[in-house]
Amino acid sequence: MVKAIKLHDSDNVASVFDSVSAGATVQVIDKKGASYELKVHQDIPYGHKVAIAEVAVGEQVNKYGEEIGIASVPIHVGEHVHVHNIESIRGRGDWDESQSEKVKAGIRKEAK
Amino acid sequence: MVKKQPAFFGYMRNDGSVGVRNYVAILPSVVCVNEVVEAIVANTVMTQGIIHHQGCCQTPPDLERVTECLIKIGQNPNVGAILIVSLGCEGVDTDRLELTLRETGKPVERINVQELGGTSAAIQAGLDKAQRLIRLIAGQQRVEVDMSHFTMGIKCGASDTTSGIASNPVIGYVADKVVDLGGTVIFGETTEFIGAEHILQRRAKNAAVASDIKRIVIEMENRAKAIGVDMRKGQPTPGNIKGGLSTIEEKSLGAIVKSGTKTIQGVIDYTEVPKGKGLWIKDSPGREIELMSGMAVGGAQVILFSTGRGAPQGFPVVPVIKICGNPLTYERMIHDMDVNAGLITTGERSLEEIGEETFEMMLRVANGEVTKGEAIKYSKSMDFYMLGPVI
Repeated sequence: MVKAIKLHDSDNVASVFDSVSAGATVQVIDKKGASYELKVHQDIPYGHKVAIAEVAVGEQVNKYGEEIGIASVPIHVGEHVHVHNIESIRGRGDWDESQSEKVKAGIRKEAK
Repeated sequence: MVKKQPAFFGYMRNDGSVGVRNYVAILPSVVCVNEVVEAIVANTVMTQGIIHHQGCCQTPPDLERVTECLIKIGQNPNVGAILIVSLGCEGVDTDRLELTLRETGKPVERINVQELGGTSAAIQAGLDKAQRLIRLIAGQQRVEVDMSHFTMGIKCGASDTTSGIASNPVIGYVADKVVDLGGTVIFGETTEFIGAEHILQRRAKNAAVASDIKRIVIEMENRAKAIGVDMRKGQPTPGNIKGGLSTIEEKSLGAIVKSGTKTIQGVIDYTEVPKGKGLWIKDSPGREIELMSGMAVGGAQVILFSTGRGAPQGFPVVPVIKICGNPLTYERMIHDMDVNAGLITTGERSLEEIGEETFEMMLRVANGEVTKGEAIKYSKSMDFYMLGPVI
């Protein structure tokens, strides 16, 4: 079975180490070696991420136990997580200050 | 039996630095003489051209950067002698370049294309001078020194998900080991601190260093934001995105792993060398060519370079060891990749095993073993990082 590595307890995504097709089952493994099976609902290429928890719009996506962006649409368990459903909050020359502040405030709220 | 402390054999320079290569560096003081430099390099042994695209019609601070970078490349311990090729009307301070390099005690020659009567005359004069320099240094012998004489540059390029999980941790393992042995590590790519700077700040030696880390990240992010677009596709690159990295934050969190776990001693500018031993941050961009030049400017004798999708770059005077985190890429690009860290992702080998293997290979490369890139002369990936416009 294809392995999906969860790098930190607080992560809501895991990285798959082979290409998997919609409907396949992957083994989600954490750093301590504990694992469980998860059904994948979309095709996911080698090295990409699968959602292992529900993420609402504006909530942070976590990998390495850190924020790697925010969900731009609702993300469901088993879905492919990538540029189509995560926004970066850094290097956003297309955002004005008020938009950046709103996003950051939202993140602080979600983090509590 | 007491295990021998790691050491390497290199070329002792007058300033106490120790080269792992013994090259004649051919330094163009301006882009306009690159053809002359390439003709000299093509017809000689032991020479490396420092081919860059700067040196004229730039703002004075940038011209100063080019002058300083050329001086520091000439001072790099892997350089045994220097031939400066000047056009005669460049913006770089070629007199200071020559005088400063003469102070190193290394043999230095200089030619001027306009004074010599053009390209063909300059190539002939340059060949004659290069021949003399080569014969002057070719007989130098290596001596054994400890790792306090070692400076390692680190880089990740063409990254994918495996970079942050396999190949960057391998470099981090080696970086920690070099620091523990009294050596120096230079770590750069400020762009790839964005989103991970808070973790680096916690490793800073003191509050001033932590504040410097924050400052260079804000400056780099503001330069990107000033263009008024989302920087995604510039950073992370389309290749990173194909490889599964969705945002700059995700790329950065994987990239900083290559710096290991040691205390960050300070932040140095692009044209500076570390001000002591241990781990140092060099303010520099993420692109290979400018980053590797910054490492050579900083005095690195070897660069450890991590990749996932397959970055082939090498540098003229510094051997670059390629550590590949993606086992599929390693097989596909086996003639560019030196270490298969992909075996960590498949569970066949541990991080410690590949880390030790990489450290041993690095010592062998320091002692003269050539990397795969060096063997096929993949060694021209360089330029200098400029801040201002061409004017």
